[in-house]
Order: sequence, then C-alpha cells, then structure tokens
Amino acid sequence: MLSKHDLSSRPRWSALAAGVAIFSLAAASNFANGSPQADIAEGKLLSMERSKGNCLACHMIEDGELPGDLGPPLLAMKVRFPDRKALVEQVCDATVRNSNSRMPPFCRHGILSEEEVELIVDYLYTL
Amino acid sequence: MNKTAVMLTSILATSLAQPAAIAGPEEDRAAFVRYFQSRFPDVEFDEFANGIYAIDADSRRQWLEIEEFPPYEFAIEQGESEWQQTFANGRTFADCFAQPSDSIRAMYPRYEEARGEVVTLEIALNDCRAANDEEPYAYDAEELIDLTAFLAFEARGKAVAVRIPADQPGAIAAYEDGKRFYYSKRGQLNFACSDCHITSVGQRVRADRLGPSLGHTTHFPVYRSKLGGMIGLQQRFLGCIRDVRAKPFELQSTEYRNLEFFLAYMSNGLMINGPGARK
Ligand code: HEC
Ligand code: HEC
Repeated sequence: MLSKHDLSSRPRWSALAAGVAIFSLAAASNFANGSPQADIAEGKLLSMERSKGNCLACHMIEDGELPGDLGPPLLAMKVRFPDRKALVEQVCDATVRNSNSRMPPFCRHGILSEEEVELIVDYLYTL
Repeated sequence: MNKTAVMLTSILATSLAQPAAIAGPEEDRAAFVRYFQSRFPDVEFDEFANGIYAIDADSRRQWLEIEEFPPYEFAIEQGESEWQQTFANGRTFADCFAQPSDSIRAMYPRYEEARGEVVTLEIALNDCRAANDEEPYAYDAEELIDLTAFLAFEARGKAVAVRIPADQPGAIAAYEDGKRFYYSKRGQLNFACSDCHITSVGQRVRADRLGPSLGHTTHFPVYRSKLGGMIGLQQRFLGCIRDVRAKPFELQSTEYRNLEFFLAYMSNGLMINGPGARK
C-alpha cells in the first residue's frame, strides 16, 4: 500500500520542471551586450531549469509556458535595468533591496553561483 | 493586482507579521479575517471554508462536479467501521469520549493544561487506543486518517471553536509558537507560509493558484486526486515545507501541532466541512 507519507511529499515544485529543452535561442538581433550566443543559451537554460533559477515559476518570460505571477514580467530588461550591477544584485540576492522579498536569495542560499547569475543576466538583456 | 493593492497587501502582511505587543489571538484573528475579506470583497466569510474554490471560479466548477461522486466517501465508510470496532477489552472509541461522535472534531486541536501541550484529534484517538491496550496508529496510517474523515463528516456544519483561555499561559505560548512558525521564512527557497497563503494569495506559482489560509483547517482530511488518496492536515504542512526545500518535521511534532493550533484558531467561526476533495 502506498504510504501516506509518500502521498504528501511529492514536490509540487517538480511540476515546474517542464519544457527546459523546448526553448529556442533568442533572436540574434537582440544580442545587446555582445555576449557569445552560447552564454546566452546557457543563461536561458539556467533561468528555466527548476533546480536553478526557475524564474518562470514567478515571472512571465516571452515564450515560457504557464508562467507564475508573483513577480513582474521579465521584459524590456535593458531599458528597465540600464545598470547591470543592479540587475545582477536583484537576481543574486533580492533580499538586499527588499528584505522581505518573496524571491529566493539565489546566491546566498547556494542555488546559483555568481558566474551563473552573470549568464542569466546576459540572457535577461535579450528580453 | 494594482499598485495600491500591492502596497495594502504588504502593509497588512507586515502588520500581521509584526503585531503590536498588546495584540492577542483575538486581535490577530480579526486582522486575518479582515485582510482576506478586503482582498476578496465578493467572497462571503463562510465561503473561505472551501479553500482555493472560494476564490477560483474555474477550479470551483471542476470541484462541484467531483463532489457529485465524492472520492472521500469510501474513507468515511471505513472510518465509521473503524470507529465502531470493539477493542480486545470489549470497549470502543466512543467510550473514550464524553461527547457524541458529531461533537468530537470541533474539540480539537486544544491545549491541555495538565499535559502542557496541544492535543490534536489524531493524538486523542491514539491516546484512546493506548488506554485500551491497543497499538497506536502511525500518524500517516490509513485507519487513522479514515477515522478523522468519519469524525469530520459527522461534525459538518459545526463551527471551528478553538479556545485560548487568557489564564492559560501555556496555551498562549503554543499559539505564539505556531504563529511564529507560520510567518518565518524557511528553506532554500526562503518562503514563509504567509508569503504564499497571505501575501501572494490568488497569484500563481507556475500553474498553481495560491489559496487563502483563512479556512485552511476546516475541510481536512482531504482526498487529493493528484495523489489518489487521503491526507491529513499535517501531511499537507509537510508537503508545503518540502516544496520550499526546508527540512520537514515529524507528523504530530510540537512544531506542527502548534502550527495547527494557530491556523485552526484563525479559522474560528467557519463551519467544519471535511472531508474535502482537492487537486
Ligand atoms: C519564487 C518567486 C520568484 C522566483 C523563483 C524568481 N523571482 Fe524574481 N521576483 C519575485 C518577486 C516577488 C519580485 C518583486 C520584487 C521583490 O519582491 O523583490 C521579483 C523581482 C524580480 C526582478 C525585478 C523586477 C522589477 O521590475 O523590479 C527581476 C529582474 C527578477 N525578479 C528576476 C528574476 C530572475 C532572473 C529569476 C530566476 C533566476 C527570478 N527572478 C526568480 C519572485 C521570484
Ligand atoms: C511556495 C508556495 C507555498 C508555501 C511557502 C506554502 N504553501 Fe501551502 N500550498 C501551496 C499551494 C500551491 C497549495 C495548493 C493550492 C491551495 O490550496 O492553496 C497549498 C496548499 C496548502 C494547504 C491545503 C489547502 C486546502 O484547502 O486543501 C495547506 C493547509 C497549506 N498549504 C498550508 C501551508 C503551510 C502551513 C505552510 C508553511 C509551513 C505553507 N502552506 C507554505 C503553496 C505554498
């Protein structure tokens, strides 16, 4: 018989894993900051992967399916975050700007490394 | 949500998180209810006993269809025969309780001064078995969950009525402990229960719409279609805590019992409507 413990513990977060592979590369014309294409592809993967950024859980992102809406849509990033450092800080540790943020402190809690955050920001600047 | 609403939400959430020193349980509860009523002005107070279905029209429609052939019916039947079983010494569960079977669910959770701790329905049922020389159930055992399904069904229409007598400092301490747990960030993802079930109520984490905490305890145990079985309230706590990648506590730990005590108190005045059916 199925243990009741098993029943309750299936992580809902795992439902968020869907479709990492289906995303295509961002349009080449959007490469505003001149990063190599491979970095942007990796940044996109890190943003989508549930064990990494899982940004879609809480943010609308262009072609991402079933986005959450806890945070604002991630678009026009270059215009809204002209200061790269500010964007890196928001992604690395959102609690610096808002101590009560519902966005996980990715770097401080060891979910993303600082290098991974740089790659994600490369990708964000294509949005 | 517009900007004003966002601000209101965070102000209210903050004031709930950091209550003034004089605020007692009853002031907390009033603020809790006011918050959800201001977020969902079209939802009647009684409706909050229906969880996510109170605020989400789509899933409500599916739920009403499911309720035509309730998937928890079998659990109620099993629970009833469990309730009527005769222990080896010839006694039954009913002999342990002074109240009739429709008046037991609403007595728990409660703080028992003599024991210095919160006693839940599950604990009371297991105590009854122990007092009659029967093996206690595991807290995730089907028999125990079915018993709570039967007792919840019997109690339908009775109000949640958790008491915190002012002259019982232990009861207040247990309540405060549960409240602190509820508002504390935890886990790798750094979420408090309140982040999802107060501040973000009605919003989506991916496809999952977040339901209000007001009414969280009224309808347990629930049949979860996604899992194909019944779970108790504390198994749901455990699931949510795992989801934020925090270390879960044992079922019926002091932490979970105090959390249940706090949450059930917040739902005082709503009708018991368990068992329930959920995704
Ligand atoms: C669990 C929820 C959650 C996740 C996951 C999440 N965020 Fe956020 N994010 C938020 C919330 C809520 C805000 C609103 C501001 C705040 O509370 O800090 C926010 C704000 C932001 C902002 C500022 C937007 C603005 O317009 O001010 C950026 C940029 C951002 N997030 C990027 C990301 C990226 C990139 C990821 C993935 C690596 C991510 N977020 C993952 C919840 C989340
Ligand atoms: C990251 C978001 C998140 C956090 C944090 C979270 N939950 Fe949940 N919880 C959910 C979702 C999603 C559901 C399913 C939809 C609903 O009913 O709200 C849920 C459901 C529940 C339910 C069942 C509601 C019902 O009507 O059946 C209870 C009870 C509950 N949560 C309690 C808690 C408690 C207590 C905590 C903190 C220890 C907590 N949750 C933390 C996301 C969360």
